[in-house]
Amino acid sequence: MPFVRNVPFFSIMLCMVCGISSAMLPGKIARRLTVMLSLAVAVMNAFLLAHLVSAGESYHYLMGHFEAPWGNELRAGPLEALLAVMMSVVLLLSALGGMRKMGEQVDGKKQNIVCTMLDLMLAATLSMLYTNDLFTGYVFIEIMTLGSCALIMSRQNGRTMVSAMRYMIMSLLGSGMVLIAIMLTYTLTGHLLMENIREAITALYASGQYRTPLTVTIGLFFVGLGIKSALFPFHTWLADAYGYSTPSASAVLSSIVSKAYILLLLKIFVRMVGMDVVRGLHLNDLLFGFGVIAMVMGSLSAMHSHDLRRMVAYSSVAQIGYLFAGMGLGIDAGLVAALYHLMVHSAAKSSLFISSSALADASQGSKRFSDLRGAGKRNPVAGVCFSISAMSLVGIPVLGGFVSKLYFSEAAFAYGGVHMWVLLLALVISTLLNVLYFMKTVITLYRVPQEGRLYEPANHGATATVAMCGFVALNLLMGILAQPIVTILRDGLGLFV
Amino acid sequence: MKKNNGASFWQKLRELDQVSWDNPLDKQLCQAVGDESEDEKRESDPFDYAMHEAQLDERRERLYLEERLQLGMLHAWSGRQGLRWLEIGYRVLSLLFCVAIITFLMTTVLALPPLGAENNPTNNEVSQRYIEKGVAETGSVNMVTGMILDYRAFDTFGESTVLFVAACSVLLLLKLGEHTPDAPSLSMLEAEYDDRHHEPKNDAILQMAARILVPVILLYGIYIVLGGHLGPGGGFSGGAVMGAGLILYLNAFGFEKTGRFFTYKTFRWVTFLSLMTYAGLKSYSFFMGANHLNSGISLGTPGAILSSGLILPLNICVGLIVACTMYAFYTLFRKGGM
Repeated sequence: MPFVRNVPFFSIMLCMVCGISSAMLPGKIARRLTVMLSLAVAVMNAFLLAHLVSAGESYHYLMGHFEAPWGNELRAGPLEALLAVMMSVVLLLSALGGMRKMGEQVDGKKQNIVCTMLDLMLAATLSMLYTNDLFTGYVFIEIMTLGSCALIMSRQNGRTMVSAMRYMIMSLLGSGMVLIAIMLTYTLTGHLLMENIREAITALYASGQYRTPLTVTIGLFFVGLGIKSALFPFHTWLADAYGYSTPSASAVLSSIVSKAYILLLLKIFVRMVGMDVVRGLHLNDLLFGFGVIAMVMGSLSAMHSHDLRRMVAYSSVAQIGYLFAGMGLGIDAGLVAALYHLMVHSAAKSSLFISSSALADASQGSKRFSDLRGAGKRNPVAGVCFSISAMSLVGIPVLGGFVSKLYFSEAAFAYGGVHMWVLLLALVISTLLNVLYFMKTVITLYRVPQEGRLYEPANHGATATVAMCGFVALNLLMGILAQPIVTILRDGLGLFV
Repeated sequence: MKKNNGASFWQKLRELDQVSWDNPLDKQLCQAVGDESEDEKRESDPFDYAMHEAQLDERRERLYLEERLQLGMLHAWSGRQGLRWLEIGYRVLSLLFCVAIITFLMTTVLALPPLGAENNPTNNEVSQRYIEKGVAETGSVNMVTGMILDYRAFDTFGESTVLFVAACSVLLLLKLGEHTPDAPSLSMLEAEYDDRHHEPKNDAILQMAARILVPVILLYGIYIVLGGHLGPGGGFSGGAVMGAGLILYLNAFGFEKTGRFFTYKTFRWVTFLSLMTYAGLKSYSFFMGANHLNSGISLGTPGAILSSGLILPLNICVGLIVACTMYAFYTLFRKGGM
């Protein structure tokens, strides 16, 4: 076995060891450790990606001396490696961009614990990406749930306390459902390893036995992970949680944590249950329906809000709807579109959160649109960063959002029938609403400030500048390199199934 | 008349808005007046601050409602009866929802394979190998320990980390500033006062009982941890027993006496070193296993105390983490520190 194939194990263990050590280190060093860690993980996984793309295969990795159904196992392919690189780059830039704000907003003695949580978030994301065992996935769901609560309440004011509590209740409800679903899966199949479960489920489906429990199990997986990833009717915790915590926390929660849950759901649907069975039980229509409603309703909520960060938060609901709608088509084209959009969205959303906090700082800490007039001129880097990422999500050509919307429409045409019209209509409505609220914001940023308002100059620090430049580059790259990325995704999905 | 009312309403609202803590100008104003500033308030007592914000919101809401009541009959209805109907409707709907979910899940459970039937799907090669070859492959007489600490040790590392994350989250939420008795902070004094007020001090019966029980409990906990691979027990259960012993000791003799052997520093170091040992030992074993190398860990004779390879040290690590986490939870919830 080539040495580079140890990367999934190394990167998970490194993240966990760094996270545990951060609890013993002073805040400043812990912050640097987080940045170095995510950089190292990104580089390592990039090597793995290059190796796997050139080899054109996926492989299993034993965690210990016992082979698959008895011991734990990881599995890596080009798809997982690409997503791991993406997630660690996003964490790197989010940690870098929010570093200074974290220093201001979090108690000095507790900053290292926030860094612990960030490191463990990365560990959990990587584990959910690479695991081939259902229960390992659940263990890291638990770590992620508790860690996200800690991240939300790390900035201790009234709003974050209340929203952390709300998040905790909703999120634990989701965890509970996933746990019940795992227990049902084990009872029905006798396995926790994804391939074996798939074999058993295919046989069960063909024989028509245990139809009700099987349907309920898949439904529970969907609802549980849907609550955790803020799918539309279960999204009530989202706006407060993303809107009032530190910028790093919001960026990580929206771009990494909720994405990790969606990726796990994708893994469960595609690898563990099999899309044929899901289509046969008509559960993909459930995903599709929820997704389409979320696409429209999320955008409507975003239009209502008068607060920049809350607007950005609500737009996440709409974008998550895109992912679910793409997955709900149940064909490869839809899955590729959803995966590509997932990457585009995590690049754009984290940069929106980081830059909006810098823009608010340039407007004396206010996040109201009336006070934000001209903020783009007062802080040019943040203004450009915000505009580029907003344009990416709206779907301006050259940027990633355009390409993903193109793929969504292609997938809709490939599917045909009523689904095609519904998805196309939802795409059009959602895009129009996106234009309305995002472009309104971008124009506000470059308007003449209200008369008589004087703004004190705010310095957001060199690290944030570097991070925002990185975000601009990332968003541009997502659009320019769309073709190679989609090729890797498509090939990876072929190996994934 | 109405217009006038409207104007006054907006004026009132604006006045309230100006007290809002998000407004930077007010922050300056507060500081100029010499009042406690927003940040201080937020830091010194986040819950008080949350209450304050909630009160502000409530006042704003009430004002808004009053204004709407003057607007017309429909608004008046929705303000009085409507709200009540909404509440009743909400309760009825949530009850129905709960009943629906219960029915749904119960139906599912009834359709599951019967418990303990011979040809159940769970009765397959996985459990067969655990039962037949478990002792030979892990060296652990207790099958469950062999499964969680050898076959599926990665999951258990994750579970120990869950405990660590939980302890860190509570720390983040409840830990008060550094404990320096010379220069205590206000919140620390408050917590100290609360503690003195609510907890018994020097209770003779409790102390006598604790003097007899605590050593036995601790010894029993250690026995459970060390015998985890030989019989029922292991790190999680033994650690819980040890944690309970520590909590009993603390209740009987107070923070000063426990502080002689167990402080915040001890907690941090013990948890850190246990997790690191676990990570180090298991990383070695994972790496060797994945690369198909011989790890050179001897399993010993099953049944002996020094047997079953890494399971004994891993059990000790898990036990220490569990005991420390339990004790830390108790002290943090009681007084915000150790």
